[in-house]
Amino acid sequence: MLHFELVTPEKLVRSEDVYMVVVPGSEGDFGVLEGHAPLMSTIRDGALAIYRTEKGEPETIAIVGGFAEVSETGLTVLAESVT
Amino acid sequence: MASLKALKVRIGSVKSTQKITKAMKMVAAAKLRRAQEAAVAGRPYAERLEAVMASLASKVGVSEGSPKLLAGTGSDQVHLLIVATSERGLAGAFNSNIVRAARKKAQELEAAGKTVKFYIAGKKGRVLRRFFPTQIAHDHEMSQIKKLAFSDAREIADDVAARFEAGEFDIAHLFYARFQSALVQEATGRQIIPVALPAASATATASDAAVIYEPDEESILADLLPRNIAIQIFRALLENAASEQGSRMTAMDNATRNAGDMIKRLSIQYNRARQAAITTELVEIISGAEALK
Repeated sequence: MLHFELVTPEKLVRSEDVYMVVVPGSEGDFGVLEGHAPLMSTIRDGALAIYRTEKGEPETIAIVGGFAEVSETGLTVLAESVT
Repeated sequence: MASLKALKVRIGSVKSTQKITKAMKMVAAAKLRRAQEAAVAGRPYAERLEAVMASLASKVGVSEGSPKLLAGTGSDQVHLLIVATSERGLAGAFNSNIVRAARKKAQELEAAGKTVKFYIAGKKGRVLRRFFPTQIAHDHEMSQIKKLAFSDAREIADDVAARFEAGEFDIAHLFYARFQSALVQEATGRQIIPVALPAASATATASDAAVIYEPDEESILADLLPRNIAIQIFRALLENAASEQGSRMTAMDNATRNAGDMIKRLSIQYNRARQAAITTELVEIISGAEALK
């Protein structure tokens, strides 16, 4: 499982283990699975798609002003606001 | 000696003052807890952003082509002091401490021949107008804010960044009260433009040897720099809010205690006056009875 964290300046919105997250990167969408190579990317305003399981329907969270970081500990998305 | 009636009225008025200060203390305590929670909730974001900025900056380095927010304008002539205070008074020395710290810095800078401008955020910072009537660059209206949101900090940051781009100043300092505990708040000032980057720790640089950057280090840094300023202002405002409530709580606690002492003193005085009156009355009756014998 991929450890996923969504953080805004006001609070820690999500911190959970999921199957995959599709991030709207500024250079195009990318999916992050467990064991992804370390990455830093800016994000355009759009929706994050969170897949809890391989087959399940994704949950989407709209974010504004974001930045994503993938490290060995998982995926961290920093967003200015979440709706 | 004051009359019995006057003393009674006085005791009554001190008592009602005590009720108010006690209520204000309770309210401040409740608000303090909420403000502290908000400050703690904002910590993860700031920590991660700082770590990312540090590792990026160590990669990119400061050079001629660096963004101005990082490298500065190459001059240090004009300083902007952003003074964050509260909207309300009765918080002990909270606001005057912040204003004093800002004034001290301004005097130092002026003694060194620099130009100083002020950016006021919060109503209680407006006393600076009296000391520096011609140097107020902007007075940011904050009275409508009920619960501090990141967008409020963003507004200030955007405004400050626009002024920086327009060349209105070279260096910006931010003044606010650092929250240490409910009892201790320390008025501090620190430089926010150009950004003083934290030194990257050795572990951070070692582990991101093979990090993929999208689009590239420079653009990410350019994207994060303004955000970093907003987050620093946001954190300062959050700490300020917690400090304000802490300071008010302490001030109101003292006021309540002082009112208690005063009531005690006035009651003793009242009782003495009452006993004196009774004694006088008794003496009168007795001497009247003696005279009839």
